[in-house]
Amino acid sequence: MIELKNIEKSFGKYQVLKDISLNIEPGKITAIVGPNGSGKTTIIKSILGLVKPDKGEILINNKSVIKEHLYRKDIGYMPQVASFPDNLTVTEVFNMISDLRKQSVNGNANLINILQLESEMNKKIKTLSGGNKQKVSACIALMFDPKIIILDEPTAGLDPVASANLKKKIIEQRDAGKTIILTSHIMTEIEELSDNILFLIEGKIVFDGTLKNLVELSGQAKLENAIAAMMDKDFKWN
Amino acid sequence: MRVNFSISCIIFFLLAIQIKTYADKIIVDKNTAINSISKAIEIANPYDEVIIKSGHYKEGNIIITKPLKFIGENNPVIDGENQNEIFTVHADDVSISGITFKNAGVSFLKENAAVRFENTKNGIVSDCKFYGNFFGVYLAKSKNCKVLNNYFEAYGKKETSSGNGIHLWYCRDSEISGNKIKGHRDGIYLEFVKQTTISKNYGSNNLRYGLHFMFSDSCRYYTNHFEKNSAGVAVMYSRYVDMEGNMFNNNWGPASYGLLLKDISRSKIERNYFIENTTGIFIEGCDGSEFLNNQFEKNGWAIKLMANSMENIFISNNFIANTFDLSTNSRQNFNKFNANYWSKYDGYDLNKDGIGDVPYRPVKLYSIMAQQNEPSLILLNSLFIDLLNIAESVFPSLTPETLVDESPMMRKLN
Amino acid sequence: MELIFKIIKFEFSNALRSKWILFYFSFFLILSFLMFNFEDETGKAVLSLMNIVLIVIPLVSIIFGTMYVYNSNDYIQMVLCQPLDRKSLYFGLYLGNAIPLALSFVVGILAGFIFTGANTEGIAPILILTINGFALTLIFTSIAFLTAIKFSYKAKGLGASILIWLMLAVIYDGLILFVTYFFRDYPIENIILGISLINPIDLARIFFILDFNISALMGYTGALFNKFFGTSLGVLVSSGLLILWFVIPFLFGLRSFNKKDF
Repeated sequence: MIELKNIEKSFGKYQVLKDISLNIEPGKITAIVGPNGSGKTTIIKSILGLVKPDKGEILINNKSVIKEHLYRKDIGYMPQVASFPDNLTVTEVFNMISDLRKQSVNGNANLINILQLESEMNKKIKTLSGGNKQKVSACIALMFDPKIIILDEPTAGLDPVASANLKKKIIEQRDAGKTIILTSHIMTEIEELSDNILFLIEGKIVFDGTLKNLVELSGQAKLENAIAAMMDKDFKWN
Repeated sequence: MRVNFSISCIIFFLLAIQIKTYADKIIVDKNTAINSISKAIEIANPYDEVIIKSGHYKEGNIIITKPLKFIGENNPVIDGENQNEIFTVHADDVSISGITFKNAGVSFLKENAAVRFENTKNGIVSDCKFYGNFFGVYLAKSKNCKVLNNYFEAYGKKETSSGNGIHLWYCRDSEISGNKIKGHRDGIYLEFVKQTTISKNYGSNNLRYGLHFMFSDSCRYYTNHFEKNSAGVAVMYSRYVDMEGNMFNNNWGPASYGLLLKDISRSKIERNYFIENTTGIFIEGCDGSEFLNNQFEKNGWAIKLMANSMENIFISNNFIANTFDLSTNSRQNFNKFNANYWSKYDGYDLNKDGIGDVPYRPVKLYSIMAQQNEPSLILLNSLFIDLLNIAESVFPSLTPETLVDESPMMRKLN
Repeated sequence: MELIFKIIKFEFSNALRSKWILFYFSFFLILSFLMFNFEDETGKAVLSLMNIVLIVIPLVSIIFGTMYVYNSNDYIQMVLCQPLDRKSLYFGLYLGNAIPLALSFVVGILAGFIFTGANTEGIAPILILTINGFALTLIFTSIAFLTAIKFSYKAKGLGASILIWLMLAVIYDGLILFVTYFFRDYPIENIILGISLINPIDLARIFFILDFNISALMGYTGALFNKFFGTSLGVLVSSGLLILWFVIPFLFGLRSFNKKDF
């Protein structure tokens, strides 16, 4: 469904993505993992069109999307750091995005409920805490019932209740047939959520397969240890 | 003695009667026996009236040697066919009115005029029209003449092949009033003329000066209007000239002046209007003259005052929205400026007496720069130039230090 | 198109809520009111206003525009995650910023002029003043956008903007003056005219003096100057160049915006 072919991207001298090719399996949760600066967010932003790759192609449903924009109506995105115009209220932001997307909120109205945002709805964005902004961001990613959901560090900064609820929601979405891409630093979360793992080191894919494969390959029982073992330079890939 | 005197009185009286008796009307008409002006002049006695009926007369040069009164009826046209002078008057007391003169011929040898008075007295030209003549009215060595309410239009393209509308040479005690002059070389030209009045004339689009005035002392000109002449008005080498209530406007060009004063002394320039000229007044080698209550508005340079001018005074003039109020070519100054209104003045008046408390320096650094270095004109109104001007006004180093209006007015003068 | 309007609408309501734009509007309203009310001569009032416009509008437009792009970063990122093309967003952002600025100026000046009922003899210079201010707003906003998009860091971008302004508003004219003096023995008038027309502030200024100071300009002996200033050629060339000054930075800005990574 989502396919990257030979993607390369540099910021100045620094090459962030080196010849990345990958396939995201539809209807599954794919987690992109890797150390800081390995290019996780750049891949996500490339798919969204926020970052323009230097080379390569990105196909969604077999169509190149690099110069397109309409395909984004099928994507819900929750960025690592939420950014909204400061002086709008939460309700206004929701309405504005709904207006821009020409899509109405469907199916997921209970999100506000689940994430306990009711009391924040009429507050301005600039008065919200970081966690609440994340919740707003999560709502936006899910509220238009998109076919593809991309979540960059979804639970970072959320309180445990909201975090648990969000995770529940993510699985629910997968079960409803959505394609989901997420990144996270919390290995237990990845173990809990993901079907497939993409492992990046310094802009290269070092592993692309199921969670199970990864654990088997590393010979470690826990994902956390498996990842740690793989990040060791002496790790023998075979 | 007594008898003698009586006899002379009687003789004079009889003569007068005789003159009156013989002041006949001679009618020139194409359809009668007297069908040409020349013929009429031939048969006329002195002081007869020659009535010229409408028609197109082509008679070459007509020479008038008797005092006659020519009156045009229903707009007769006398045509010089681009070859001749038309009327040449050698007699006193000739008056000409209501006639249209056309096409006095251009010549490089002879100054052909539509009407020339030569060595005469008391000539009058009034209510006539002049089209396409080389010279219009030419008065040479004549006295006490009047040129009134005529209309002149010429179509010369070049100064050299074009003559003046009204030309006076060695004349005195004359009056030029109410004429309109377009497209000649100079609208009105005076050389060696004395005690003559020029008023209510309108000169526009002349190839050189609207009024050109040389070696002519004790003349007075007032309420004239000079507009869009290619070089404005020039008054040169004269003394005791009075210029009052004239309007000089829209004279544009690098060598064009509302009024050019050169070697003028003891003259008075009062209540004139200088509007939108490239240079309002250009003053060179003038002394002891007074410039009072004039209005300078929207000129490029209101006044260009050359340093060889001395002891002139400028009082109670309005300087409004000129690009440059004053420029000069020296740091020396021997003229006096006082109590003028300068719209660029931005001083204050704490004691509320209507006089600014800070003196005004009308010569800005930039006006000197623009004069020395023309391409810098392109920087007009630039912030950089304003900064330079401010710096210069704080520490004058190039502008004349003594050229100051000590008591600039806060309000426009009427 | 519809999307552009949505963005303009949003930016517009944002701008109207901002104190800066109100301040900017009041500045011109009060200025215009004072000038036309207390100056005897409309001509002098217009001249003073023009001098202020030539300084203030480029400065405010370029700083305001640059800040605006940096401050809109959040909004831009949010919108870019939606099914919108960058071109519409850029147009919307640009117009959403430039229109309130330009309108504040135009309405402020004209309202002051109309309220005071200043004499209408000078309507042409006032029109030119308004057109100039409007054009400078568009031009410097488009330069500001280009600058802000080229520089990722706010401090650098803002510094560059102020430098551009300083260069175009003051230093450039100093250089011209230097050139006119240094090469005054050479026939450089065409070059001088040419380099003056390259700078948008000079261009606006020349556009104004073509009407306002024509009497003085006709004192210049150069043939090209005379042709340029004396005929409608001057007006045509300067308005054409003003349009180019708006279009070129705008298109470069748009191109950079299309390529930019967020």
